[in-house]
Amino acid sequence: MLAVNDLAVRFGGVTALERVSFEVRPGSITSVIGPNGAGKTTAFNAITGYLRPTGGRVTYDGAALTGLRPSAIARRGIVRTFQKTSVFPALSVEDNVVTGLHLRSTAGFLAVLAGRRRLAAEERSLAAEAADIIEFVGLTHRRREAASGLPYGEQRLVELAVALAARPRVLLLDEPGAGMTGAEKVVVSGLIRRVREQGVTVLLVEHDMRMVMGISDTVIVLNGGRVIAEGAPAAIRAHPEVIRAYLGASAGSS
Amino acid sequence: MAELLQHLLNGLVLGGTYALLGIGLTLIFGLMNVVNFAHGEFYTLGAYVSFAALALAGAGFFVALLAAIVVGAALGWLCEVALLRPLRNESIDTTMLVMIGVWIAMQNAELLGWGGVAKSIPHPFPTAPLVLGPVAIAPLRLFVLVLAAGLIAAAWLLVQKTKLGRAMRATFQDRDTAALMGVGIGRIHAATFAFGSALAAAAGALLGPIFLVYPSMGDLASLKAFSVVILGGLGNLPGATLGGLLLGIAEELGAGYISSGYRDAAGFVIIILVLLFRPSGLFARQERIA
Amino acid sequence: MRRAGGWLLAAGALTLPLWLQSPYHVHVAIMAGIFGVLAMSLNLLLGYTGQLSLGHAAFFGVGAYTSALLTLKLEWSFWPALAVAVGLAGAAGFFIGRLALKLRGAYFVLVTISFAGVISLLSVNWIELTNGPLGLPGVPAPALGPWSLRTKTAYYYLVLAAVVLSYAVCRRIVRSRIGRALVALRENEALAESIGVDVTHYLVLAAVVSAAMAGLGGSLYAHYTRFVSPEVFLFTYTVTMVIMVVAGGKGTLAGPLVGAVLFTVLPEALRAVASWQWQMLAYGVLLVALVFFLPRGIVPQLSAAIGGRRRAEPASPTPRS
Repeated sequence: MLAVNDLAVRFGGVTALERVSFEVRPGSITSVIGPNGAGKTTAFNAITGYLRPTGGRVTYDGAALTGLRPSAIARRGIVRTFQKTSVFPALSVEDNVVTGLHLRSTAGFLAVLAGRRRLAAEERSLAAEAADIIEFVGLTHRRREAASGLPYGEQRLVELAVALAARPRVLLLDEPGAGMTGAEKVVVSGLIRRVREQGVTVLLVEHDMRMVMGISDTVIVLNGGRVIAEGAPAAIRAHPEVIRAYLGASAGSS
Repeated sequence: MAELLQHLLNGLVLGGTYALLGIGLTLIFGLMNVVNFAHGEFYTLGAYVSFAALALAGAGFFVALLAAIVVGAALGWLCEVALLRPLRNESIDTTMLVMIGVWIAMQNAELLGWGGVAKSIPHPFPTAPLVLGPVAIAPLRLFVLVLAAGLIAAAWLLVQKTKLGRAMRATFQDRDTAALMGVGIGRIHAATFAFGSALAAAAGALLGPIFLVYPSMGDLASLKAFSVVILGGLGNLPGATLGGLLLGIAEELGAGYISSGYRDAAGFVIIILVLLFRPSGLFARQERIA
Repeated sequence: MRRAGGWLLAAGALTLPLWLQSPYHVHVAIMAGIFGVLAMSLNLLLGYTGQLSLGHAAFFGVGAYTSALLTLKLEWSFWPALAVAVGLAGAAGFFIGRLALKLRGAYFVLVTISFAGVISLLSVNWIELTNGPLGLPGVPAPALGPWSLRTKTAYYYLVLAAVVLSYAVCRRIVRSRIGRALVALRENEALAESIGVDVTHYLVLAAVVSAAMAGLGGSLYAHYTRFVSPEVFLFTYTVTMVIMVVAGGKGTLAGPLVGAVLFTVLPEALRAVASWQWQMLAYGVLLVALVFFLPRGIVPQLSAAIGGRRRAEPASPTPRS
């Protein structure tokens, strides 16, 4: 179980996160919402090692994650996607996903040099696994094309496929619905549910309320770097503080 | 003690010209984000122009310096417009490769044009050193120091006080706002590159008469310029000035007290040490390294 | 079709000295081979991780000097000297890799240049060790058991073996998960980390292998020319390597070899017509022209023309725009 305790992040004089604590129930879909600048992506960055928190701890199944570099955290089974579309641009969709399967193999330098037959078999099985993942996200017809050439929505699916290839136990999705059409968001929501069915815990940051309320088991609300509410979607929708945060934000913001 | 002062004085002379080199590059690398490996070639160009003016045309020292500045600016302008502007949206690695190409081409053009034999630039100053208390300085070096200081001051004024300078700073800090305010982005880029290259050429014209002029002198000059920029922080003019002076002094002290053969190592060592421990430079404000 | 071409190439390479008329031609072939090894080593860094090392001459030089000194002063035989030279060059690569941990792009380039600069200064000034600018003459030729590899033909086969070995190593690395990790770090470092690629580890690995391979080239060079001096650190060597990789096609396996052959044969062929200064000038102009007109290099351009829509390989030669 992913647990965040008293997480704090400060840059110079700005406090981005303060005393943020929550737990992500295994096998659940948990959403983190909040007005712009509430600290959602900062929290993701701190949890996954892209940012060193100024205080607090992040643990997974009791083991500390704070202070580890992102690749070590990924090795523990916590994988994230990015707010800005992140793929390997020059590689084909296939190669993107095969690259994502990095952790599936343990072939080190000496094994690679020796070039044993075992490696060739391993490569074949990786290719097959990649094909499965690509089919899961529905991009089989695009598998040979360069990722940078795909339309935006499909690139985000590639991104999801790459993250899934890393065999996450906890998948952190940073605004999976951003910039997508309504139909694409439905597809993504369906994929997220199917991912959960396979036993993966999902934590997502999202702005689209319909999407959030539709798939989440738990919703955590951040505002001004603090957790102001946590609970089931229906409860959050009616929560006075949450309403105030959003109204206040929309009234005062551009 | 007198020896130390002497080294410091020599270091200042050298450092003043390094500061010019550094200011030029900090504008180009720091503001424009162009990895200008050809910067040293503009330095060499300035030296050769100075040679041509003084030895061949028999012109005066000031004219030679002016000619170097003009030629440096003109070639810099041309470089930016012809080579860098079309690549402005490419990655920094692409412009780096292009500037490496310019570096090689310029150096070998100079080799072909002037030959590989080092040339000595004649100068109108008496060779007997002036004695100022515990230290002595050749009149030429004193002149160079004064001119370097003047050029540094002029550069500061241009960047801080003039409209062009304000436009330059605006463009590179916030391109979109600058564009909205009617600043001609293309002209500013070209002007900045020309300005930086002119400063490098000036440095070459100043140091040329002190040392010899040969085609590959630009290699070390480029490195030292980068060293100064890294020391002082990218885009930081006062940092580059101070960094240049520090490098000059470090070289002189190293040559004097350790070994003259390793004089040039100062620049290399600075690059390695600063990038290892304080990548944002000695004088930059403490930044979070992302 | 491609396999037949491969066999033809192998047959040609193996029998080359037989149908080359003069020793001079074999000399050119040897130099092409040595530079092939050097270009492949630079390609590992530049083509696959995307980091440019302009200090590669340092690893080349370390290999050359180590091999020369061990055989000259300590009277070692060639083969252990070669091994140590490769090892020491690799260690230098490790040092650079660790040094440049967080540095990318221009800063990485600057550190590699500085490192090469320091080593170069050492080779000139540390006279007790390196004999300074006078260099080390009389480096012994290698011997394989009782047979001396002194003749050009024999040396050609030694170099050919090195080329094949280097190519095989590169190929194995590139077509494995290591190669994918390297490309991942070039294409999108943050994403690579998020899927478990320890970017630092792979960058250092690439630096070590790249440097060791350059050291191999250095040792081969030293025992061929039988003379080592600080001139091995001349920037011309590094520039030549860069041109070979960029023109041949960075990020491909064949590119650096094509570039090496092209830019060894071409200068020799043009020697009568143009001095090396003109050629270096042309290199500079060529580099600029390549960036504008042929950014991917010759090999990818050719295979795109031949193969139509290519199947993108893991170590895809298409560079990021």
